[in-house]
Formats: sequence, C-alpha cells, structure tokens
Amino acid sequence: MQTFFILAILVLVFVIILQISKASEYVSQIKGYEKARKQSNRINGFMLLGFLIFGLIGVYLCNEWLKGRILGEPASDHGELVDRMLYVTLAVTSVVFVCTQVALFWFAYKYQESDDRKAYYYPHNNRLELIWTVIPAITLTVLVGFGIFYWFKITGPAPKDAMVVEVVGKQFGWEFRYPGADGVLGKKYFKKVDAVNGNPAGQLWEDPANYDDVFVEQEMHLVVGKPVQLVIGAKDVIHDVGLVHFRMKMDAVPGTPTTMWFTPKYTTKEMKEKTGNKDFVYELSCDQMCGKGHWSMRGTIVVETQEEFDAWLASKKPQYLVANPDKDPNAKKDSASAALPMVSVVAQNKIN
Amino acid sequence: MSETLMTTATVAGQATTHHEEHGHHQESFISKYIFSMDHKTIAKQFLITGIVWAIVGGLFSVLFRLQLGYPDRAFPILETFFGQWAKGGQIQPEFYYGLVTMHGTVLVFFVLTAGLSGTFANLLIPLQIGARDMASPFLNMLSYWFFFLASVVMMSSIFVNTGPASGGWTMYPPLSALKQAGDGQKIGTDLWLISMALFIVSSLLGGLNYISTILNMRTKGMSMTRMPLTIWAVFFTAILGVLSFPVLLSGAILLLFDRNLGTSFYLSDIVINGEVLPNEGGSAILYQHLFWFLGHPEVYIILLPAMGMVSEILSVNSRKPIFGYMAMLGSLFAIAVLAFLVWAHHMFVTGLNPFLGSVFVLLTLLIAVPSAIKVFNWLTTLWRGNIRFTPAALFAIGFVSLFISGGLTGIFLGNSTIDIHLHDTMFVVAHFHIVMGVASFFGMYAGVYHWFPKMFGRYLNNTMAYIHFWVTMVGAYLIYWPMHYQGLAGVPRRYLDKSGWVNFNNFRDLDQMITIVTILVFAAQLLFVFNFFYSIYKGRKVRSQNPWGANTLEWTTPVNPGHGNWEGDIPEVHRWPYDYGKDGREFIPQTEPVSANESKH
Ligand code: HEM
Ligand SMILES: [Cu+2]
Ligand SMILES: [Cu+2]
Repeated sequence: MQTFFILAILVLVFVIILQISKASEYVSQIKGYEKARKQSNRINGFMLLGFLIFGLIGVYLCNEWLKGRILGEPASDHGELVDRMLYVTLAVTSVVFVCTQVALFWFAYKYQESDDRKAYYYPHNNRLELIWTVIPAITLTVLVGFGIFYWFKITGPAPKDAMVVEVVGKQFGWEFRYPGADGVLGKKYFKKVDAVNGNPAGQLWEDPANYDDVFVEQEMHLVVGKPVQLVIGAKDVIHDVGLVHFRMKMDAVPGTPTTMWFTPKYTTKEMKEKTGNKDFVYELSCDQMCGKGHWSMRGTIVVETQEEFDAWLASKKPQYLVANPDKDPNAKKDSASAALPMVSVVAQNKIN
Repeated sequence: MSETLMTTATVAGQATTHHEEHGHHQESFISKYIFSMDHKTIAKQFLITGIVWAIVGGLFSVLFRLQLGYPDRAFPILETFFGQWAKGGQIQPEFYYGLVTMHGTVLVFFVLTAGLSGTFANLLIPLQIGARDMASPFLNMLSYWFFFLASVVMMSSIFVNTGPASGGWTMYPPLSALKQAGDGQKIGTDLWLISMALFIVSSLLGGLNYISTILNMRTKGMSMTRMPLTIWAVFFTAILGVLSFPVLLSGAILLLFDRNLGTSFYLSDIVINGEVLPNEGGSAILYQHLFWFLGHPEVYIILLPAMGMVSEILSVNSRKPIFGYMAMLGSLFAIAVLAFLVWAHHMFVTGLNPFLGSVFVLLTLLIAVPSAIKVFNWLTTLWRGNIRFTPAALFAIGFVSLFISGGLTGIFLGNSTIDIHLHDTMFVVAHFHIVMGVASFFGMYAGVYHWFPKMFGRYLNNTMAYIHFWVTMVGAYLIYWPMHYQGLAGVPRRYLDKSGWVNFNNFRDLDQMITIVTILVFAAQLLFVFNFFYSIYKGRKVRSQNPWGANTLEWTTPVNPGHGNWEGDIPEVHRWPYDYGKDGREFIPQTEPVSANESKH
C-alpha cells in the first residue's frame, strides 16, 4: 500500500513537472527566447551561489552528524601511523577543497552573463601555469614522503619476539592456528585437508612441529602489548583479513601466503571502557568479495594479558591429538569429545 | 555497398527477422537506421543503447539500495517481479551480488565506455575535424554491432536459471573461476566473459577507427594543435583503449580456460566445500595485474571524453578561450601515460612487495599533478568570463566540482599507508562514484545537452533540463559525501546487511537517507530520458546554424546534416577553435582567415 502511495506521488510529480515544462516553453515563446534565457541565467547564477553556501554548511553539519561514528583511537601501534597520515592528508585536502570549490562557484556567480561585461580574452599565462604545477607537486611529494616512510615501517619485518598466528579464510569463516610451545607452525599441504578426520588445516602429521599446534575457529586471541605476526592464507577464494580497530588489512589468497604484523595496544576489556560499549568486541571482517556469504564472514578477536592468554591456550588440545586420539595420553577422559572433534571446537566458540 | 550491408544484415540476424516480409523497399530503412554506416547515426545508436543500459543499471542500484537502507523490511512487490530471487520480498544474497556485479559492469563498460566514447567520438570526430565520415565506416558499423551482440549476451545472462555473474565487476578469480563457489559462478560468469570479449572487439574496432580518422582525415588547415580539446580527449581515450583492452581480453580468456578446460592459470591450493581441487602453481594475483592494467586506464577511458567535452563547453559558454590550451593538452598526455603506470594502487594489500607498492604510491600521486592543472585551468577559464548557464554549462560546472571532490579523496587512497585502512571500504565506493561515475555522467549530460541540436535538429526542454541538473547535483553529493564517513569507520563494501556486526551497525539512518535520495535521483534521470525522447519529436526546432555561437566546424554544417556532413566542399580551417572574445568580437569561427591586423596570442 505504502509502495503504491509513493509510486502514485512520484507519477503525480512527474506529470506536474511535464506540464510546467511545457507551459514555460510557451511562456518563453511569447516573452521572447532571449529574455527568457537571460532570466533563467540569473536564477541559475543565484542557485550556484546558494549551492556553494548551503553546500559548505552541509559539509559542516554532516561532519557534526557523523564524526562521532568513525572509529576512535586506533588500537595498534601501526594504527597510529595510519591515522596520523590520514589526518595530515585530510587537513591538506580540506584547504584545497574549500579554496577550489569557492573559486568555482564564486566565479560562476560573479561572471554570469551580463550586458555590460565583455569576456576577457585570456588564453594562457605561463607563469601562473608553472606555479600551479609546482605547488601541487611539492605538496604531493611531502605527502608521498611521509606515506612511504610510514608504509615501510608498517610493512617492514616483524620484530623477532613477535608471536605467530596463522589465519585462514574460507567460505564463510575464519580458522586460526597457533604454533604451540615450539613457536613454529608445522608444515601443511592443501591436499591433506580433511575436516571430517580432524585435519581441517591440512597439517602434515609427520612434521614434529605440528604436534603442539593448536587449531581454533572464528575467535582469535592476542596478547596486549606483544607484537603479533599473522601468516595469512585462504582455502577456496580470495578473502581479506580486515581489522578496523588495528587499522590493518591484508588479502588472504589461496596458494600465496601473505603476512602482516602489529602490536595491539588495548585489551578487549580496556576497549569496552574506552568506547563505553559493554558489548564491544574486536571484529575481523572479510573485506574482499568472496561469495554470497561475504557480508557475514565475521570473526572476533580477544586481546588479553599474557596470563589470560596462556591459560586460554593451555585449555586447547593440540590438533594432532584431536586427529590422532590414540596418541593422546589423556585419551580415555576425552574420548567423547575426540570422536567429534569439529563439533566440539565449534560448540566451544559458540559459548565464548 | 548495399550488398555488403544486406549480407551483414542476414549474418547479424535478430534485428532483421521481423522486417523480412516487408520486402524490397525496406532496404533503405535498414541501411539508413539500422545497419547504417553514417557516423552520426552510429553515434545515436550508441547513445540510445547506452541510455537503455543506463536505465537497467540504475534500476539495479535502486534495488540493492532498498536492501541496504531497509535490510529487514520486506517489499512484497519485489517477490512479484523477481520470484525466488526476492523470497518473502527480501533480496536474497545471490541476487544482491548479481545486481551489484551487473550494475558495475553495465555502467562502467556499456554506458560510460561504449555509450560515452561511442556516442561522442563518433559524432564529433568527423564533424569537428572536417571529415565526411570515419576512416572506415564499415568497421565503425561493426563496432556498434559487436557492442550490440555483447549487450544481447549480457542481457541474456540476467535471465539464466542460476542468475548472472556475481563476482563483482572486477571478477576476481578464484571466486569467478570456480563453478562450485556459488550460483553466480555458473553459466552466468561464462556469459559475462563472452560478452566482455565481444565488447572488447567492439571497443578495439571503434578505437582504431577513431585514431586513424583523427590522424589522417583532418581537413585542410586543421593541424593537430588546432583541434578542439574534445578531439584530443577522444584521441587519447582511443589510444588508452587500444593498448589496454587486449590485456583484459587475455585475462578473460585465461579465466575462461581455467573455468572450462581445466587449466591452472589462476588456481592453486584450493579446497572448496571440502573438495580438494588438483590445480597447483597458478597465481590468483596474476589476474588482478591483468585486470587493473586495463582497469586503471579504463577509468580514464571513461573520464577523458568527459573532460574534453567539459573543456569545450566551458569555453563556449564563458565566451572565453579555454585557459592554457597547451597545458590542457600536456596534462591529457601526462594522464594518458601515467594511467598505464599506476594499476597496482588497487593492489596495495594483496601481498604485493612493499617496495613495489611504494613505487606505485609515487606514480599514483604523480597523476594528481596533471589533474590539478586541469582544475586550475577550468577555474581560470570561468574567471572574468561572461557565462551563460545553459544546461550543458551547468553540467560542466558540476563536473568540475565533482572532479575536485573525488580527485582529493584519491589522494587518500593513493597513499598506501592510508589505503591499508580504506581499501575495500565504502570510502572507495564514494571516491570512484564521485570522480568517475557521477562526474563522467555529468560530462555525458553536458555533451548531450550541448550537441542534441546537432544530432536531432531540435532543443531539449530547458525547464526539465534544469530540474534534472539540480536534483542530480544535490542528490549526488547527498548520496556520496556522507558515504565517506562509513568508509572511515571501516565499513566494508558489498555488505548487504550489517546488523550482525557490532562495529559497523551504526549507520542505519544514513543508509536510509541515501536510499531515499537514490530513488529521487533515479526519478530525475527518468525525467531526462523522457525529455530526450520527447524532444526528438516535439522539441523546439533549431533555426540557427550555430545556436551556441561556437567556433568549431560542426556548426558550419546544415542544421540537419546529411550523409557526408557538408553540402559543398569541406571548409578550410585557419585558426584554433578558441577565439572567443578576441579583439572585441564575440567569437571567430575556425573557418575565418586570420586578418592582418588581428592581435596575436
Ligand atoms: C587524483 C587522482 C586519483 C588517485 C590518486 C586515485 C587513487 C585511487 C586508488 C589508490 C584506488 C584504489 C583504492 C582501493 O581499492 O583501496 C582508487 C580506486 C578507484 N578509482 Fe581512483 N584515484 C584518482 C582518480 C580517479 C579518477 C579520475 C577515476 C575515474 C575516472 C578513478 C576511478 C577509480 C575507481 C573506479 C576505483 C575503484 C575500483 C574498484 O575497486 O572497484 N580514480 N583510486
Ligand atoms: Cu571472505
Ligand atoms: Cu586506479
């Protein structure tokens, strides 16, 4: 009903516009086209000026309306660099924006057609043109300089003491692998992937580095203040590890591992206080179109203290033991959950 | 001649079938309006096909904006029209992604490439350089019909059972390479690739023709530096297209092979829905290089013709020469060269080598310099003019405003440090819609309003034109300006419902506002379409040969030029096209010899 109503109004407005248009055509026929043209020229001149004034007010109001909703303080060291670069660029471009838009609409208004003005024949001026080649060039060089300096800091090698986490995207969820006590991720091969038999990551069980690797889904735990290097991959199509609060992003490409590193600055708890939102969680979004579930490909991240993290990791059974229950010294106790390894992990995550 | 025509007619098939029984005298109708080799008719064919596609593509955006603005509302009317695709009146994810993909493809390639270049290169090259037609009218006709075929294939893909391609307009593999990855990755994607291949053939035929016409068929006295900037712009556009489209063709064909012949150009290490695929050794990123090697020049293919027309229209309507003709030319040239050297700025976060990334940062921000020069020159062209706000002039002014806004956000994105945060967010969507989508549309509208009298011998209705302009101008800013904030907040693009997210779900009011404005702006475009077709038949007749008081050659032809354009000899050219307001004279056409006591510039 409402749809119908809206459509009816649209049609009505349409008809009215058509009638006005036809009528004004006749009017200008009677008045003389030249006169009608001059009149509409003045009206449009005023409208351009109005557009400038209301436009600039609108820009200000829009900022008041929405600025509180863009992310607050960045939650990683790299995020600070990104934000600083962003605000410097914002300052520079704002100045250019206001100057050029004002010039554009002001000139249009001021130099609208008038009987007592002749256009000024002004085909070129080499000095002016040189000035406005050189000034943007210098400004941009400065921005590029800062940008590349930060870029190398962010993309440079991770610190030696960084912890390593493997992140793998698939339609439509996230998988994580922790290297365990040895600090080394065991080898894997995609043809060994076999989720039903407890090997969703395709780990090669003959590699001893795999014995202590822990596999979890959907939720990643990180330690506050400790650099982390993510080793990123994908199983099926390209995904993208998007971490808005850390201002980090990296594609997850099947067949070509990628990496990124950063240092989380605040625990999840601290962020809850900072944002005043008790439901706050760090979210991991898939930022590369990956199929019909792309929009819901959500993971979460818990940033916590070292002790909390250690306790959490200790509560997880290495995937080697999940897949090979016969190797598990405590097999008897856990036999129920070991029979259904995937289900238990998923269930655990739901509870978290 | 007409024999060749008829064979082509029979080969191309579909368009002629319903005329068959009319017999002999239909030939002339067919050769005049359908398989025409007159560049002016071909231009109109491109334009009208482009308009049809623009309506389709625009309608798609209205549909997916409904979903974005009202993710949990049901619109039963959608189910009536689209059945299972909008079950319960709600747009299903597969449908949403199909719509987005088709919207992007159609508007980027079919409207703003074919519809824009095809129309104005065809119309203006012979008319403005003083030629009777294109170098090869036959190839020119083929160019349109390949475009038509591409259109038929693309349109048919919308109606297949599993839906159209839905991998985004960039069609990245492995998503687009794997039939298992979703419904849109089935036959729809094959049709998409075939259609694009046909489209590329059309584009190459057209482009080669434009280049050779401009180089070889200029009238006496029309040296390269006496050409209007419109011609320079379509010239560089054609060169960009000829050099970059073949790369996309190879990318698309390799993708077809990967999909259908079991090759592994883009595929490696894939496990999909639990199924392990045998492919090893391919590179998914290779496709992105091939795509963006076209993709970035493509955005300038879309923009340059608009820039050219805006330059011309601003000059004519300020009654002043374009400021810095040589600088305009130089910056067009610089943009055309740099356009080939920045493609990887779309790939900063694909795992690209950071050093390589930094080189692309430098080259990308370099391209902002010629862009800035152009803006300053347009501003100076307006300065101390005597400006007439024809609808074309308003759209040209609007173009400059939008180009400034969108160019400045490019400076954020071109800086890889900031792009880490903004890549694939709504910020990018806002950036390219303003700078490319809306700005090029403004250039196109400016062109249509300005040259409609030449195309059809009538004027468009001014009142409707002004309403069209103001609604679109205000609407475009209302839609895209606040969208930047969503991007700054990190909201990813192509998210059809954000209610499951803690950090992205605080823009509901904004999304609704944008949706409502989208519908109004779409309605204003329909008003334009109405005006267009209405005025072809009912518009005020053009009585003066040169209604805008312009210098260029197209206004020396009869009001309704026939095949061959000029009735007598082609006029000779004696000066550049921008002698407006010189020595106290309103304008001095290019055909007027330079008199002895004229001042120099
Ligand atoms: C000042 C000049 C410009 C700079 C520095 C610039 C920079 C960029 C960058 C770095 C991106 C990639 C953003 C990302 O995906 O993260 C981008 C996207 C884009 N730009 Fe620009 N840009 C500029 C002007 C233009 C112009 C003039 C056009 C079109 C005529 C344009 C069209 C596009 C399009 C279509 C995309 C997005 C494609 C997609 O991902 O779907 N840009 N721009
Ligand atoms: Cu994904
Ligand atoms: Cu680009």
